[in-house]
Amino acid sequence: MDLSAINPVILIASLMAAATPILLAATGELVVEKSGVLNLGVEGMMITGAICGFAAAVETGSPALGFVAAALGGAALSLIFGFLTQVLMSNQVATGLALTLFGLGLSALIGQGYVGIKPPGTAALNLGPLSDIPVIGRILFSHDLMVYLSLALVAGVWAGLRYTRAGLVLRAVGENHDAAHALGYKVVRLRLAAIAFGGAMAGLGGAYLSLVRVPQWTEGMTAGAGWIALAIVVFASWKAPRVLLGAYLFGGVAVLQLNLQAAGLAVPVEVLSMSPYLVTILVLVIMSADRSRAAINAPASLGRRFHASS
Amino acid sequence: MTALLTVEGLTKAYPGVLANDRVSFEVAPGEVHALLGENGAGKSTLVKMIYGLVTPDAGKMRLNGAAFAPPEPRAARASGVAMVFQHFSLFAALSVAENVALGMEDPPPMGKLAARIREVSETYGLPLAPDRLVGDLSAGERQRVEIVRCLLQDPKLLIMDEPTSVLTPQEVEILFATLRKLAAEGTAILYISHKLEEIRALCDRATILRLGKVVASCNPRERSAAELAEMMVGTKLTPPSRTETQPGEVMLKVEGLSLPSSNPFGTSLKDVTFSVRAGEVLGIGGVAGNGQDELLAALSGEAPSAGGAVSLHGTPIGRLGPLERRRIAVLAAPEERLGHAAAPDMSLTENAMLTAAEREGLAVNGFLKWPAARAFAEKVIEAFDVRTPGPGNAARALSGGNLQKFVIGREVLQRPEVLVVNQPTWGVDAAAAAAIRQALLDLAAGGTAVVVISQDLDELMEIADRFAALNEGRLSTPRPTRGLSIEEIGLMMGGAHDMEVAHVAE
Amino acid sequence: MIRLERRPAPSRAWTVATPLLAVALTMVAGGLLFAALGKDPVAAIRTIFWDPLFNDQFAAYSRPQLLVKAGPLILIAIGLSLGFRANIWNIGAEGQYIIGAICGAGVGLAFYPSESWLVFPLMVIAGGLGGWAWAMIPAILKTRFQTNEILVSLLLVYVAEQILASMSLGLMRNPEGGGFPGSRNFQQYPAASNPELIAGTGMHWGVVAAFVAVIGAYVLLNRHMLGFHIRLTGQSPRAARFAGVRPTRLVLFCLGASGALAGLAGLFEVSGPAGQISIDFNQGYGFTAIIVAFLGRLHPVGILLAGLLMALTYIGGELAQFMLGLPAAAIQLFQGMLLFFLLGVDVLSNFRIRLGRREAA
Repeated sequence: MDLSAINPVILIASLMAAATPILLAATGELVVEKSGVLNLGVEGMMITGAICGFAAAVETGSPALGFVAAALGGAALSLIFGFLTQVLMSNQVATGLALTLFGLGLSALIGQGYVGIKPPGTAALNLGPLSDIPVIGRILFSHDLMVYLSLALVAGVWAGLRYTRAGLVLRAVGENHDAAHALGYKVVRLRLAAIAFGGAMAGLGGAYLSLVRVPQWTEGMTAGAGWIALAIVVFASWKAPRVLLGAYLFGGVAVLQLNLQAAGLAVPVEVLSMSPYLVTILVLVIMSADRSRAAINAPASLGRRFHASS
Repeated sequence: MTALLTVEGLTKAYPGVLANDRVSFEVAPGEVHALLGENGAGKSTLVKMIYGLVTPDAGKMRLNGAAFAPPEPRAARASGVAMVFQHFSLFAALSVAENVALGMEDPPPMGKLAARIREVSETYGLPLAPDRLVGDLSAGERQRVEIVRCLLQDPKLLIMDEPTSVLTPQEVEILFATLRKLAAEGTAILYISHKLEEIRALCDRATILRLGKVVASCNPRERSAAELAEMMVGTKLTPPSRTETQPGEVMLKVEGLSLPSSNPFGTSLKDVTFSVRAGEVLGIGGVAGNGQDELLAALSGEAPSAGGAVSLHGTPIGRLGPLERRRIAVLAAPEERLGHAAAPDMSLTENAMLTAAEREGLAVNGFLKWPAARAFAEKVIEAFDVRTPGPGNAARALSGGNLQKFVIGREVLQRPEVLVVNQPTWGVDAAAAAAIRQALLDLAAGGTAVVVISQDLDELMEIADRFAALNEGRLSTPRPTRGLSIEEIGLMMGGAHDMEVAHVAE
Repeated sequence: MIRLERRPAPSRAWTVATPLLAVALTMVAGGLLFAALGKDPVAAIRTIFWDPLFNDQFAAYSRPQLLVKAGPLILIAIGLSLGFRANIWNIGAEGQYIIGAICGAGVGLAFYPSESWLVFPLMVIAGGLGGWAWAMIPAILKTRFQTNEILVSLLLVYVAEQILASMSLGLMRNPEGGGFPGSRNFQQYPAASNPELIAGTGMHWGVVAAFVAVIGAYVLLNRHMLGFHIRLTGQSPRAARFAGVRPTRLVLFCLGASGALAGLAGLFEVSGPAGQISIDFNQGYGFTAIIVAFLGRLHPVGILLAGLLMALTYIGGELAQFMLGLPAAAIQLFQGMLLFFLLGVDVLSNFRIRLGRREAA
């Protein structure tokens, strides 16, 4: 085993990239859950975004258009969930699961012709002299646009929820939809918007996997990333900055285990491969064990059905 | 004087009910106008139409002489109509200032808004700290948030839906002073209630609704409470009759019961002590959210406590769950009919199984005897005059009064030694309420120890032998009901908390 | 505008009719999908739903497959439905299925080459226990720490897949297999195999277990206090607590039972139709069973029918893949669509659709 092959600077830099798909999806889901909706279909929306982005990028030769297509694809898929749960008032848990199963099938169907193709590359942003700063330059200023965009989105969601009128109304709807309705807010419309935003974010996250991280298309390539994103929202107690922390923590575990595999650590490969999932479960347990905190931070209307009967 | 609001022939139908049938009345500026009616008379639907939450099927409204048909609450607010809801309009996890901002069209920045809240709340004697979480406030304080939210918009018409149900008598006095001050400044107030004495004390006019129709209009100060009640109910009501009995031995004893609430915004019980004798009715009053649900849960067995805190005939039962308590004839009926006392989507037969399986022998070795459950449900329906096509009907299809009769009847017919009920007549029509109160008195006359937790003081005065009040999870020492003055009761309930009478009196 | 009006009580007629309506809608939408893929929609639908059962050429092979595929789906879905009814969401049946198979196979392999009749029963017990134990992880985490069972049970699927890979490459690899991954084949080890019981029917012990589970679940839900408590908890948890239900025990029971049944399904599969532990042993039955459970309206008899229907789409799908070149993913999509339509039309059971003026919402 050769642990010296693991360079901490590169490790940190690559954990940011590894965390980006989950960070995007979790930030989107945070907004959805803040509005009082539990969408368990993140995995399905991510993988749909992955193939939509991949296909669009391959066909147009532009990764940027790929990301746009991924966001649109994710949002479109999420609106099926939105229509079923908000208009037809179906069970959110069951519909979210259905969305995941449907998304896996849909992506496999679209992706048939794209197996084994290399997508157009997404270049790192040229930040000039900043990237040349030792250590910090490699860690902070050597990434592609999406990494910075994901950070900007987290910051935007944080500030939006905290300081804007729309954010306040969104939190109010998630807290008590009957009261929000009584005050005249459009509960269903607002939730549909949140769901579409969550879908677009999950789509972007999926596309980052297929266009940058891997980069190629394989069936089921998200491998549970959507579920981990859901877990990170719980870990974060529905707070945006902690979503960032959770996603980077997870990215760190993922990158570290890959590096350890490469370094030939005397632990079976399977144990290393399952470690991100086990760490996620462990973190969930630690967070939910603190009963009072979990209960206060969760939006009170989360997952409940809303029917305006007045 | 010209009318501020004119309502003409307003009609609204829901499947199976005509909630409002050609309702007409007028409210003048500066007038305190009562909408009086029983539960289900259509008061709520009527004000929801004025507030733009519900669109009328037919009829017209005019505000200040101009046609008024708000498509949504926002439009109503813009026209100067504000509403204080009975429940459903606050957000527990948000701060006072955020809650106020949500009810305004163009809220100023948070810093300025906080200053405005302080200013207005001081002026009207309703002190509020803008940065506190609403979930941590008492019921009375929450209502202040609602009122302040309305006042910040300088409303021309203020609608108040049953505002006093969450206040102590002293707090009611302060609220009335605030409302009189507002009316003197020219604000019209539409005051919804079924409490006659309140309306006689506060209102200039009363429009009385029965089964969706306006049946009378009068100056309530010129009528007696009995006359008003007769107009509201349609028939003369006979108060429940009680036979004088000597209370027997102590059945249920609660000593130093302290129990943290399972709800993050709930109230923990603190050192609650009381006892109930056979044949006695103990009334427990208090404003909503002062530990009523928690006390019921502690007595029903849903929230087990340290062994010795609750005992029956001197035997500790604190650790027993609901099933074990039923076995020893300690029964309960919680406040929330749909979803707690009964499962909404299940049939009455299944709901009979819910609590009666043990005592009525509806299950053998865990296997269910459905015909027996059905027979028991039919027995309850028969004995308590529950209006329903049959025991196969879903609980949620019953009206509030009928379901409540079923829920109370289900427990009463199981021959309890101790029966604990919470809000036995909440949201129930007068006839059903009278029947339920009579049933509780009859049960006590038969030797059962009855604990009635209620926020309706009139009810407790009517049926309780002794009275105690819950205030922030503590229970006052029970005192005989007879001879207790309304001031004394108010003080037991916590008095005026921290409201300031002085400011309003200026 | 269309608006929804809550029914005073759920409509019984629609409760039965909605799954049929969903199937019909899925056939229409599926036909459109197949047409979009350039296939004859009528031929595709016929190949999926008709040919496996009645076409002279294929029925002899396909008909027994119906029970082979339906068995595990029904067995798992029955277990899941108990929890789903109580709002306890085990969505990691796939993982419990894998672990059940590994545990059962492990016992069988440990006894190799014993010919004792005890080997198979012991494997069955080990399979059930394995699935039960795997499901106990989310159960205990939920009851002890209030951890969300949806996420934990699902994440454990990925862990189980890694264990499966490790087993088929390492510990359980057939020493006489020439280095290929995968265990010994149980079909060649009579004492540990789960053979076809009646030739030409596809009936094996797993199918028998599925039928027993259907009957057991029916009795439990309709005639027993525990089943009543399960239904009550799902409909109104507070009323259940008031009735005396201990939520903790119910979580342990529902997750445990569904885990054990999934584990059994895995064991019957590995010792029968699949024959061996291999890297790609799991076929997604644990996830498809979720569709089966909902399609069957969480009712035992409904699940029995839904399991058969879903098995038909598997077999018909393979046939369509072989005959018409329909991609396998299209069938997966088809199944997902079915669940969507079902959840969508479900609104008819609880609401009336009214045409007319809209309320200010």
